[in-house]
Amino acid sequence: MKTLEKDLALRRRYRAERFMMGLVALGTLLAFLILFLVLAYALAQGVGALNLDFFLKDMRPPGESGGGLRQAIVGTLIVDGLGLLIALPFGLAAGVLLAEYPDHPVNPYLRLLSDTLNGMPAILFGLLAFVLIVKPMGGFSGLSGAFALGFLMIPILARSTEGVLSLVPKEIREAGLALGLPRWRVILSLVLPTARAGLITGVLLAFARAAGEAAPLLFTAFGSPLLELNPLKPMDTLPLRLFAFAISPYEDWHRQAWAAGLVLFGLITLTSLLARWASRRF
Amino acid sequence: MVKEAVDVHMESKNLVVRYGSRVGVGVGGGVNLPLYRHKVTALIGPSGCGKTTFLRALNRMHDLTPIARVEGEVLLDGENIYASGVDPVLVRRRVGMVFQKPTAFPTMSIYDNVAAGLKLVGIRDKRRLDEAVERALRGAALWDEVKDRLRTPASGLSGGQQQRLTIARALAVEPEVLLMDEPTASLDPISTQAIEDLLLSLKEQVTIVIVTHNMQQAARVSDYTAFFLNGEMVEFGPTETIFTRPKDLRTEAYITGRFG
Repeated sequence: MKTLEKDLALRRRYRAERFMMGLVALGTLLAFLILFLVLAYALAQGVGALNLDFFLKDMRPPGESGGGLRQAIVGTLIVDGLGLLIALPFGLAAGVLLAEYPDHPVNPYLRLLSDTLNGMPAILFGLLAFVLIVKPMGGFSGLSGAFALGFLMIPILARSTEGVLSLVPKEIREAGLALGLPRWRVILSLVLPTARAGLITGVLLAFARAAGEAAPLLFTAFGSPLLELNPLKPMDTLPLRLFAFAISPYEDWHRQAWAAGLVLFGLITLTSLLARWASRRF
Repeated sequence: MVKEAVDVHMESKNLVVRYGSRVGVGVGGGVNLPLYRHKVTALIGPSGCGKTTFLRALNRMHDLTPIARVEGEVLLDGENIYASGVDPVLVRRRVGMVFQKPTAFPTMSIYDNVAAGLKLVGIRDKRRLDEAVERALRGAALWDEVKDRLRTPASGLSGGQQQRLTIARALAVEPEVLLMDEPTASLDPISTQAIEDLLLSLKEQVTIVIVTHNMQQAARVSDYTAFFLNGEMVEFGPTETIFTRPKDLRTEAYITGRFG
């Protein structure tokens, strides 16, 4: 006789489902816990060094209290911003080629290249910029750091651009072509605007990714104890300063390294939030 | 006085479209089909019969599909659109297309959607654009519904209105031929009626080729009908003949609803 009561097999399935849900919840919790621990520890160690001076003053020599990391904060924005400007045309162009001309003969190579570059250790981009920019120019500079970060961002931008463009319905392209528009015009005026929210998100995430990099800047931007606005001179960035302070023997600098970490975390969080806002707003 | 000319506007000669090794249309010999000027020609047949594939060959939309190959000729006023040296962009300016899914450009206003084909080739003269937009919207029987909100996003229109918007957009560039791929398939009966009425008035200006699943629709709107089955063009003739005295048994079976 049929009843509506759960039989044994069904009960087993419910049990399995509860078990799997438990695992998923546990995994999520663990991920949050690690993030929380890092953040809590950084807060505990660094929040004492965070004050207005931290943003308005340059660093002080060891032993002298006070001072801030203005030069590193400003430097991060300049080097990362310049890097984005360098990467943007190449990254977007590569993404457009991959998504809009799928049968183009260079695409298999381009895709392999961007996958390889995406997985390449970041320090190698620094090495590349060292050989291409630092050596010919005869010295470290913010600009060479920008190139290193730019190289790093190109494959990220290429892949995110390809991804969001492939989400644009093919009907949009066909409708444009059926109006007698040339292909480049369809891409420029119909496909890219339709995908703009995703494009902005991709750009901001590439920016956030590069903002946290120290390795490509070690022998390019190099670092500077003073505010430097000329990109042809060595410049400081938050990850560089964090690294230098963290391996120093001074208590004060350790605290400021944690504070630098917090500011960096804030900057990246802000950029990510901006990216999410942009994807809804536009 | 305009003479009641039944001249050929477009014509396919031995047309075969292949997707890789599969023949999309042109099974058992390429398709030879005349499309008469200022007439409505309906392409009917069950799903997968090749009618849309045939339609898309008429303005070189297959160029975008890497694996698609077109053999034979399509003549537009006697000129082969697949001849070397022919620019597909110029072909598509003369042979417009309306798709099954209403696809208003989502980032543009109603006005900009209709003007897109003109604006994006560099026409900036506001008077000329205004006139073209109004004429196209009137032509698509949408003007009265949208004239007070031309600057609002096109995404705010209903499905039926969006489909008439895409027709207006296609008309704005003044094509000679309008290809329509199941233009009412995703619309309710009232919107369908509006578009069918529209076809009858549009054919005074353009030659229309319409793909439809709906045989009543083919019977209502078309002057000529071509029946496709399994990649083969089975029969072509005046709509009345096809629906009352078909020559081929397969056509008869299809139109009497025995399959498809």
